Amino acid sequence: MLAALTAFAITSAARLLTGARALWLGCTAQPVQRLYYANHSSHGDFVLLWASLPPELRRSTRPVAGADYWQRDGLRRYLINQVFNGVLIDRERGSAHSNPLQPMLDALDNGDSLILFPEGTRNLEEGLLPFKSGLYHLAQARPHIELIPVWIANLNRVMPKGRALPLPLLCTLSFGTPLQRLEDESKEAFLERARNALLAMAPEEA
Amino acid sequence: MDHNTLLLFAGIGALLLLASAIGYFLKWRSGDTPNPVIDNLNARINAWWVMVLVIGAAFVFGDIGVILLFYFVSFYALREFMTLTPTRRSDYPALVAAFYFALPMQYLLIAVDWYGLFAIFIPVYLFLLLPILASLGGDTTRFLERASKVQWGLMIAVYCISAVPALLTLDIPGYAGRNLLLIAWLIIVVQLSDVLQYVCGKLFGKHQIAPHLSPSKTLEGFLGGVSLACLAGALLYWITPFNFWQAALMALTVNLLGFAGGLVMSAIKRDRGVKDWGHMIEGHGGMLDRLDSVCFAAPIFFHFVRYWWVPPLV
Repeated sequence: MLAALTAFAITSAARLLTGARALWLGCTAQPVQRLYYANHSSHGDFVLLWASLPPELRRSTRPVAGADYWQRDGLRRYLINQVFNGVLIDRERGSAHSNPLQPMLDALDNGDSLILFPEGTRNLEEGLLPFKSGLYHLAQARPHIELIPVWIANLNRVMPKGRALPLPLLCTLSFGTPLQRLEDESKEAFLERARNALLAMAPEEA
Repeated sequence: MDHNTLLLFAGIGALLLLASAIGYFLKWRSGDTPNPVIDNLNARINAWWVMVLVIGAAFVFGDIGVILLFYFVSFYALREFMTLTPTRRSDYPALVAAFYFALPMQYLLIAVDWYGLFAIFIPVYLFLLLPILASLGGDTTRFLERASKVQWGLMIAVYCISAVPALLTLDIPGYAGRNLLLIAWLIIVVQLSDVLQYVCGKLFGKHQIAPHLSPSKTLEGFLGGVSLACLAGALLYWITPFNFWQAALMALTVNLLGFAGGLVMSAIKRDRGVKDWGHMIEGHGGMLDRLDSVCFAAPIFFHFVRYWWVPPLV
């Protein structure tokens, strides 16, 4: 109950502050199992992406987040586990023998959709950092999942790094077409293609 | 609400009913074929219903309701302006000051009726404070351009728009307690001018006035819209402190300023490569698309009324 209220308050605040306008350019908001992958410039990214989804999709869509950041204190643990129902992954690979992708594979096998930031860390410059290989391995292991590029525009201006108070500026989220499957594609080629598909969703600077 | 206000809103309601009926008829006549012009017309009319209801609700709450309404209008307008004008990370303190200090302060000063400060707060104090804050970041890239953008946004979206509720602070002899009607008159005349320019342009428009700035503005639309809106403003003189001819001249002034405001704000949009400021009002675009004419008309209207109708304190 409290978690649902908190989620409502956070998504409402995010929408009020940023408008959170979702442009479904290459696909529609349907309850299909998907992996949304987006550019990452702020801690608010997954909140905004999550808030811009229709409520029925939001319930089954879980953000993938770094365990090191979200397990630092009680409040963060509560938010990521109870409110956002996040999938925590070990970015530092403490135990070498376990598969760091396993929590994501479990969530997908459970029927959930995921929100993933394949740059792996927040990018404070323009454009995109090179992608980590997790996206490739997930796509290989679960080929039936739709991969949807989502460009989040302007949120880096709303919440600049190291600033506490967010600015009210309008943000748009552009949802692209599902990434096509190609037979026998190398990891590098796949990641490059996925990255270009996401870059193509960025609005052009006038 | 007094008798005149109710009469006014009843008149607007009747006008909107007529517009909706026309829109419905045009849609019915065009059949199943989708027609973007008619669909946009109906979206605009529907949005007008919502806008009139919101303004009516604010009027029910009196002065405070109207001041709060325009506070939110300014907030949405400023958000649209700042979204479209790129700033850099070191502009953060200036933007925080604009959204969280200047905006509430301006409306607070109007609510407490402090003319001496709300008239100069943004053009003097914030004009100097914002570049000071921007310089603290130590980033000199396009400094003057960035500082000007924040100042311009504040002037247009906050200072100019706040001139509408500032009309409540004027003590006009023989007009006490009726200032809300002056606001209603200004909004009706300026918006009616926009609507009639659009309608006359769509019906009779041939010669473009400013093809590079705003291709939809035509000479026929301009002449027809402005003269009809001036006539309407003059006929509504009974809700203002003006006589018939004064009301006609005032209407001409705000309509010409409103037209110019539309051109200037269009130039900014074209320069940024967009068609609309935002998307919050279905069929119209953003808050600034609907208010560009009011931004330019309101401050001059405020000062004209203050200069000619408010006797100086001795």
